[in-house]
Amino acid sequence: MADAASQTPDRIGTLQQSYLAHVRQKRLYSGLMLAVFVLLYVGGFGIAESRNAGGFLDGLHRVFDFPSEVVSEAAEKAANLPGHLVTYFPALLETLNIAAVSTILGVIVGALLSLLSTRGLARFPRFIWLFRRLMDTMRAFPEIVVALVLIFILGGGPVPAMIAIAIHTAGAIGKLYSEVNENADLKPVEGLASVGATWMQKMWFGVIPQVAPNYLSYALLRFEINIRASAILGFVGAGGIGYELRNAMSWGKGRFDQAAAIFILLFLTIVVVDHFSSVYRDRLTNGRNA
Amino acid sequence: MSDTAAHPISGEVTRDFGRKRRVALAVPVLLLAYFVYVFFAFDIPGLAQRASMENARVLVSDAYSYKTHVTRNNRSGELTVAVEGKRNHIYAPDRMPAWITASGETTEIALRHGHRVTYAPDAVIYHYPTIGDIRITNPDGTFLTEIPEGLPDGIVNATGARVSIGTNAGRLAVTRSKAETFRYFNGWELFFFTLDSPYRGHSAFEILFGPQIDVARGNWAGAAQDFWGNTLWRHKDVAWAMFETILMAFLGTFGAAMVALPLAFLAARNFTPLMSVRFAARRVFDFVRGVDALIWTIVLARAFGPGPMTGALAILVTDTGSFGKIFSEALENVDDKQIEGIRSTGARPMQRYRFGVIPQVTPVLLSQILYFFESNARSATVIGAITGGGIGLMLTQAINTQQDWEQVTWYIVLILIMVVVMDTLSGWLRAKVIKGGEDPLL
Repeated sequence: MADAASQTPDRIGTLQQSYLAHVRQKRLYSGLMLAVFVLLYVGGFGIAESRNAGGFLDGLHRVFDFPSEVVSEAAEKAANLPGHLVTYFPALLETLNIAAVSTILGVIVGALLSLLSTRGLARFPRFIWLFRRLMDTMRAFPEIVVALVLIFILGGGPVPAMIAIAIHTAGAIGKLYSEVNENADLKPVEGLASVGATWMQKMWFGVIPQVAPNYLSYALLRFEINIRASAILGFVGAGGIGYELRNAMSWGKGRFDQAAAIFILLFLTIVVVDHFSSVYRDRLTNGRNA
Repeated sequence: MSDTAAHPISGEVTRDFGRKRRVALAVPVLLLAYFVYVFFAFDIPGLAQRASMENARVLVSDAYSYKTHVTRNNRSGELTVAVEGKRNHIYAPDRMPAWITASGETTEIALRHGHRVTYAPDAVIYHYPTIGDIRITNPDGTFLTEIPEGLPDGIVNATGARVSIGTNAGRLAVTRSKAETFRYFNGWELFFFTLDSPYRGHSAFEILFGPQIDVARGNWAGAAQDFWGNTLWRHKDVAWAMFETILMAFLGTFGAAMVALPLAFLAARNFTPLMSVRFAARRVFDFVRGVDALIWTIVLARAFGPGPMTGALAILVTDTGSFGKIFSEALENVDDKQIEGIRSTGARPMQRYRFGVIPQVTPVLLSQILYFFESNARSATVIGAITGGGIGLMLTQAINTQQDWEQVTWYIVLILIMVVVMDTLSGWLRAKVIKGGEDPLL
């Protein structure tokens, strides 16, 4: 007993020491990681600032110059604003149409690709890798690359933007959908196979009803993203509200009330679509669980 | 039968089926109607007129091949051989390519498939194999063209002031002032070294292990210097632009995460009991997200001028809104038991957050940040095109010239490589961070 009693404080001591050493080592590592990160961030910011036209501190107090100019001019000519809103509404509609068509096309192609590249559902199991690489490639193309090249061939307008966004959407949504497909129950598919259904029929009646709520939810989310993308592509020459915005900006001072009208339209559209799509998506996912 | 039809469930089922059938029919019909509307709204019938197949042909052929112009000035007799007709990429007279032989006043140009062009002092002759010579002379101010028997139609296009010949081997155009031959080659011209570099035409093995080529410089250093400073492909600028693009994504994403984390605590129900603060923080996130990257980019470009920092700040501001929303949702889902445990040891609020909350949410937040980082590498290309920085700017510039499609192809290849590498890297890091946890989809 005396032996054990004399040993206990010793063992606790070594235990405590090794624990503290452990903690110290962990702290050292996380401290080092943090230091490396801070160094990278600060250094990177320095490089970015040195390669920028204007410095950070010089520009900081000017950030609100442009917005306040736009706001004050819009307030000055507030009477024109409703007129401008009406003028630019067709352009907004075009942007929305680009987003909607490219989402629909992208969802159709992406759903097909995702079914072709899901194990257990694929029509040609040997070529699963091919369809997966195809989706990866479609997803990797930034929309602007495809849009600019197509503008050279097809001329300006909504079609190049539509194709560009549809290609990217098909790749992105195909990946999400194939993850949904993996969780689909295969029993309905087997049932349909037993009565001699074709692949198309098996997918349409056996898989699609199971995954439709998730498909729709992702498609809505993609629609939100695509509205933003189509506004941006308009800015580089593909029509819609972005194109009008660039024109309004290039007129410069004195015409900013038009830019203000476009800002308002774009802001309201994004907020409204975001809101309704999030409400509907909530209903889709929760309705399924209930 | 009549009493089963009257059964309430049966009626419900019939009604449900009817509704389903109507929906199943209505959705495709509505979609079709919408597509018909868009078909006319986008003026797709008019697209055929606006589309230029010539542009498409130029783009595709330029992307994998190039042409060298061999020009004789008819007044001075001077011969210039220029890659793509560019003034700053001209062959030196003593280093002419092997397919051109100049002897005195006469120049022989060998084209592909056995075609040849001869610039003689008084005539330009196109040798068409197996058929004969097309002889162009200009005795008294107008061109005379002798066309051999059996030459296919559409090859020679002659007017009094200009004769042009186009075959699958090359093209020849003769005007009063000059005779110009275009010879086509596959590949990208001068990709490694420009014409003024001594290392041009040497193989990699010769440069790496062969005898010294340039007296002034060692082979390795000299070749690297000439490659890096290539004036046509601008490898140095391209490398900087790629770096800037990734830098924009890095600074923007991680900056946004650092700004959004403290704000997310303010917007989370379990950390901010005060309703008004929560509401304000959430509206800030909604506003920032609603304004959209495009508008932020324009506003920031006005203040900071073009460059990578502007792009980084645009990504930072936009993503602060998204991160704020995602982070506050993650914070609302933390397990209170661990915080209780820390509290029971008498920890202060800061310590409770540090040891009770942060370890719980770190994997989720980190994987979200990495996901955004990866997608922002793509966005940085677009934002660079708007603000003027990174590979996006170089890409739009190259596309706007409408002739440097080989550079455009190269930039696209680089962008795709960047995106794939970032995807792989962030996927691998995400898997490490969560370790067995599920990969969040969004």
